[in-house]
Amino acid sequence: MLTAATIAILVVMLLAIIRCVVGPTLYDRILAFNMFGTKTVLLISILGFLMGRPEFLDIALVYALINFISVIGVLRFSDSVEFKHSLQQQAPTKEDKQ
Amino acid sequence: MSLILEIGSGLCLLLGSFICLSGGVGILRFPDFYTRIHAVGVTDTLGAGLILTGLMLISPDGLVLLKLIMILLFTLFINPTASHALAKAALRNNLKPVLDDSSDKGGDKPSKL
Amino acid sequence: MLTGIYGLLSASFFVVLDAVDVAFTEAAVGAGISGLLMLAAITMTGRSEAPKRHKPLLALLVVFITGGMLIYGTLDMPYFGSFDAPVHQHVAPRYINDSMQEVGVPNIVTSVLGSYRAFDTLGEVAVIFTAGIGVLSLLSLPLRRRSSKLDESSSENSSNSSQKDQMHEQHMVLRIVSKVLIPFILLFALYVQFHGDFGPGGGFQAGVIFAAAIILYAMLFGLDTARRVFNQSIIQLIAAIGLLLYASVGVVSLFNGGNFLDYNVLAADPIAGQHIGILLIELGVGFTVTAVMIIIFFNFAGRREAQQQATERNSPELNVTQANSTEQKGGE
Repeated sequence: MLTAATIAILVVMLLAIIRCVVGPTLYDRILAFNMFGTKTVLLISILGFLMGRPEFLDIALVYALINFISVIGVLRFSDSVEFKHSLQQQAPTKEDKQ
Repeated sequence: MSLILEIGSGLCLLLGSFICLSGGVGILRFPDFYTRIHAVGVTDTLGAGLILTGLMLISPDGLVLLKLIMILLFTLFINPTASHALAKAALRNNLKPVLDDSSDKGGDKPSKL
Repeated sequence: MLTGIYGLLSASFFVVLDAVDVAFTEAAVGAGISGLLMLAAITMTGRSEAPKRHKPLLALLVVFITGGMLIYGTLDMPYFGSFDAPVHQHVAPRYINDSMQEVGVPNIVTSVLGSYRAFDTLGEVAVIFTAGIGVLSLLSLPLRRRSSKLDESSSENSSNSSQKDQMHEQHMVLRIVSKVLIPFILLFALYVQFHGDFGPGGGFQAGVIFAAAIILYAMLFGLDTARRVFNQSIIQLIAAIGLLLYASVGVVSLFNGGNFLDYNVLAADPIAGQHIGILLIELGVGFTVTAVMIIIFFNFAGRREAQQQATERNSPELNVTQANSTEQKGGE
């Protein structure tokens, strides 16, 4: 059962990476990144159980925190002028694509 | 007793991975950012909660259980907050042509993807 | 963003390879802080690349040759995991077999890092400290200019700050949740710091986590508030104190008749001495890493804000000067 869960989570991580690479907007990427982080937390804790080494939970805990902090950080920095500028530059190209 | 626990944990893990998978499909297939964030925000929290609960049921000792509970609490706190902040930031920065498209079409039409 | 994912992935690799401590460090540093600092740097620098002055062919050639030589070198290496590799013959068995008796710390990585290879760790801490000094000297704003700017543009600043407050108000939920979370993060950092003897963890990781909590505070509540809470000069002092603490442990062991950083002589019982020594140097490492990370982030963010204000203020001036120049041209 643990193995099945591991495989499922790996598949989800792959999907999240695809969205992160494809993702048309910055926020899609951040979203996929956030999801990826959550899945990594789960993966590490499950791996800890699979390999019988529960110290891994510490790492999972760090991940949960760091993931949050980095998402907030990206959001915070995306408020800056240059980022908005680049977003405005990106926006017309997206319209063109559609 | 332990058999019941194992069966319960297996069920939780299976359900959790199914929900995670559906979230993964959702993030790939949904048409715009807000529907995607809906898929991820719901399934991430629920799936993570279920998987962690499943692990909790087979945890060998108290410290591991405590750490799992901490991870679960953090997840429950962090995930909705991050989704909220993300959606709010996206809304404030006037996202996006995609949003306008979908709202023009009306929400109850099935997506074309 | 992708660097963050790279950090997460490589941490997963380390988990699979059973290297818990390395995975820990990678999780804290690679996924979180380095991505943040990279973003800060990107937002500070310009968007466009400087035009190339020379052909990159020579550099490409050098890279290819070096890479080829490195790959050729790996051909001689023993197979991955083969047990007669020199790594497994020379010092590793000694660490694995004897560290329990000699150091008395259950986590072998900590005993290697803190006791056997204490010189290397001292060097690493010194490198981090130097990085902090470098960032300070490159990026810190001159104090006088900052204060004069504050005096000049107090009205402007007030309007700016009100705008900023609005922005912070918008993140209401975020702030309240973070307020709840930050004490737990700090507590967890302390747990990592002092649990390093038994499980994965230690000064580096704890320092980074501690700094991450403070960075989160600074991001959500504004840089000025964070500066008021964590005084910059005190943080610089802490960075120096951490390194000094580490080195002074070595000096004390010299005075007690051992070698530099030989903890056996710190107490009557060698194992107790080792414990004290490792605890102290981990504390020093934690101090320095925390302080340096905070210094780096504060300077990056402060520089960025100053730059933004400058661009906002300069842009009308620029237009004016351009208009002037065109007028002059027209006059000529």
